[in-house]
Amino acid sequence: MIELDELDRDLLRALVADATLSAGTLARRFERSQPAIWRRLKRLQDGGVLAGRRVDLDLEKLGFGVSVFLGVKLATKGRVSLEDFERVVSAIPEVRMVEHVLGLYDYRLRVVARDIADFERVLRRRIMTLPGVGDVEANVLLSEERLPGPIG
Amino acid sequence: MLDNDSRRLLRQLLDAPQAPVAELARRAGISATTAARGLERMRDQGIIRGQHATIDWRALGFAVEVSLRFTLEKSAPRAFDEFMEQARKIAEVTEIQTFLGRVDVRLSLVARDMAHYQELYRDRILTLPHIADIEALMHIAPIKRAGGLPI
Repeated sequence: MIELDELDRDLLRALVADATLSAGTLARRFERSQPAIWRRLKRLQDGGVLAGRRVDLDLEKLGFGVSVFLGVKLATKGRVSLEDFERVVSAIPEVRMVEHVLGLYDYRLRVVARDIADFERVLRRRIMTLPGVGDVEANVLLSEERLPGPIG
Repeated sequence: MLDNDSRRLLRQLLDAPQAPVAELARRAGISATTAARGLERMRDQGIIRGQHATIDWRALGFAVEVSLRFTLEKSAPRAFDEFMEQARKIAEVTEIQTFLGRVDVRLSLVARDMAHYQELYRDRILTLPHIADIEALMHIAPIKRAGGLPI
């Protein structure tokens, strides 16, 4: 586990806001040398803290009007292996995210569709036909905000 | 809408957001100049709004991640606003989403361990205003990361 100091936190906050900032820009902003910033970023990457990037897209401009979160309960646990379910569900292009969870549902899925009619098609043809699928709950995403989390 | 080059380029970008433009161009089978222009155009059109670093909270010692799903008391006129205002003040909350469906609001919460989670749950979560019902889903593992699009 990595301990963060104030500069690490500044760097993380800056990169969460804009991951394309260069080491040079960060060096100027935080008044450090470029190699010093570079070493910090390398440490955060090697330690697995900086795990990657997320591209923020305007989905509506791309024709995807609805995002739906599905809670999926497997009906026949034991008979269908989790691996089978995970492999098939991950291969559905409209399913952008799959999380294995513990609680009321076994999996959380994030599904994107052009509109509600298109979502119904995905639900009927792709989701309801998954191996072992049981209860499915759908909630249509209205708004979403991401917060910096406990780095501050 | 996107032309074929932009579509291919966007697919590669979603697959490897960190790759340099030359690499994205190679993978999309287009020239680096076309790729650079395509990316700029998609940014200008507001299709690409930005890129954000993702933090792996486990690497920082936050081993527990929970999805908290709330139903709110909608009889109070400002229930949503007041709930969200307070939720934003909890440092361990990393995401707030609102829904149309059985669930009204969902929070992503990270905690160091179960004891820390229990403390947050009792002191910060249960004290949020206008809660009618809460369900918790404990994250076990990410299987597929929010990434690709059917384009």
